[in-house]
Amino acid sequence: MKDRREFLKEVAAGAVLIGSASKLGMAAVRAESVSAAKSKIVIARDPELHGVGTNTTAQPDERRVRNLLDRAIAAYTGHAKPIAAWKSLVPTDKVIGLKVNGLGSKGIATHPALIMAVAERLQQAGVKPGNIIVFDQNVHFLQSCGMTVNTDPSKLRAYSSDVAGWEDEESTWGVARIRLTKILTRDCDMVINMPILKDHEGAGVTFAMKNMYGVVDKPNTLHANHCNPAVADLNCIPTIRDKVRFTIGDAMSSVFDGGPGFHPERLWYPNTLLIGEDRVALDAIAWEMIERKRAEAGLPTLEADGRPPRYIAAAADATRNLGTNDPKRIQRVEI
Amino acid sequence: MLSNNNLKAAVTALTVAIFLAGTGCKKSIVDPFPASGAIAGWQKTTDTRVFASKDLWQYIDGDADHYIQAGVVTTSTSDYNYQGNLEAVVDVYTMGDSAGAHKIFAGDVSGSGKGVSLGDEGVAFAQSVTFRKGASLVRIVAYSSTPDTQQALLALAHGVEAKL
Repeated sequence: MKDRREFLKEVAAGAVLIGSASKLGMAAVRAESVSAAKSKIVIARDPELHGVGTNTTAQPDERRVRNLLDRAIAAYTGHAKPIAAWKSLVPTDKVIGLKVNGLGSKGIATHPALIMAVAERLQQAGVKPGNIIVFDQNVHFLQSCGMTVNTDPSKLRAYSSDVAGWEDEESTWGVARIRLTKILTRDCDMVINMPILKDHEGAGVTFAMKNMYGVVDKPNTLHANHCNPAVADLNCIPTIRDKVRFTIGDAMSSVFDGGPGFHPERLWYPNTLLIGEDRVALDAIAWEMIERKRAEAGLPTLEADGRPPRYIAAAADATRNLGTNDPKRIQRVEI
Repeated sequence: MLSNNNLKAAVTALTVAIFLAGTGCKKSIVDPFPASGAIAGWQKTTDTRVFASKDLWQYIDGDADHYIQAGVVTTSTSDYNYQGNLEAVVDVYTMGDSAGAHKIFAGDVSGSGKGVSLGDEGVAFAQSVTFRKGASLVRIVAYSSTPDTQQALLALAHGVEAKL
């Protein structure tokens, strides 16, 4: 396992290789402290992603998903051409993990069309297929995301922590005391977080930060007090904080109540991608989206339901400094 | 004097008798999952997975806590496919008592579902059927919706109910 100093050195080297405007280089600096600048979050929508009117489908249209992703990445990076945009985001000679989320079963998992669109763009930007690893906690969750296990390094890889195993040594930060998956600690140089937006019976909302429960051996030990401050503390663990740099959040479909499991009667289609580096800002916006939909459905707020996601504010506090939940410090780019 | 084989048989019989006495075993284990073809059009596509209460997080993580609070003992799950084009999952939660099963059922069925005659209480939505029979809580969920989905799910639900 690389230590933090070695890792940051590699990040810096990668940044030189891919240019001074590299987001990765910026992220390395941000690992030390969140800058005073606004956090940029792109909110990209396509209302026809799942079809129109009564002619809708459970899975979004693949071509539209790819277009939506391209528009979102272009808006984020300022590069109109996808390959240039992706080259500015990732070190193309490194191993890139895609942490997906299949816990809610096939009905509410990171969409296969989005995973494959990201993997395709990474390869077009120059990342070798075998240097892309799609992963989640266990084989069943991966299958829910449409993936089958493949460890052949000549192809796009997909495997889970129950295949790769966990570190023997515990990692700790605050109340988080867990063992990390070797996929994160050993196999990946950088991870793109690919959560799916859901209501959560315990935590209130699950999106960017909560998705990290899928990189630890026993997430059930982090559920006390509505997962607060466990979600925030978990994300402060240096390996997670440093390697999980960028989020491509799937809000193409979502459950607004009864999550994190799949309840089709509480499913809705926001048809949205949320993209950015600031995991706290992303979760703050995700919370707003869930509340807006709950109000529309006549449901109580998460506060009134006794489960507001307080871990978001905890993650933004001066001790953890993982990002911002202050609307004034979030630059929303809605497309 | 007992031969080796007879001795082995006697030890085995004694072990089984002690185990059964110790576990208070009174009835055989119920398998509530209809086999492929047992319900017209339905195929069972995966082996049944069973989770003890302490391991339920491995299946549903954040959802596990409220089942545990309601007294879940075991959870069994298996995937099904209807006529090659509709995927569904059947979850059977065996609770400690019927009150625990009712608690989960009541929390699950709010909304626009229609009551159905299944077990002690049941409700159907366009893409899901939930019912309780004694201490068993059954949820059947389809991953997509067609005009036939609800009828197909109800047929499968009756098949599960008959085996409980």
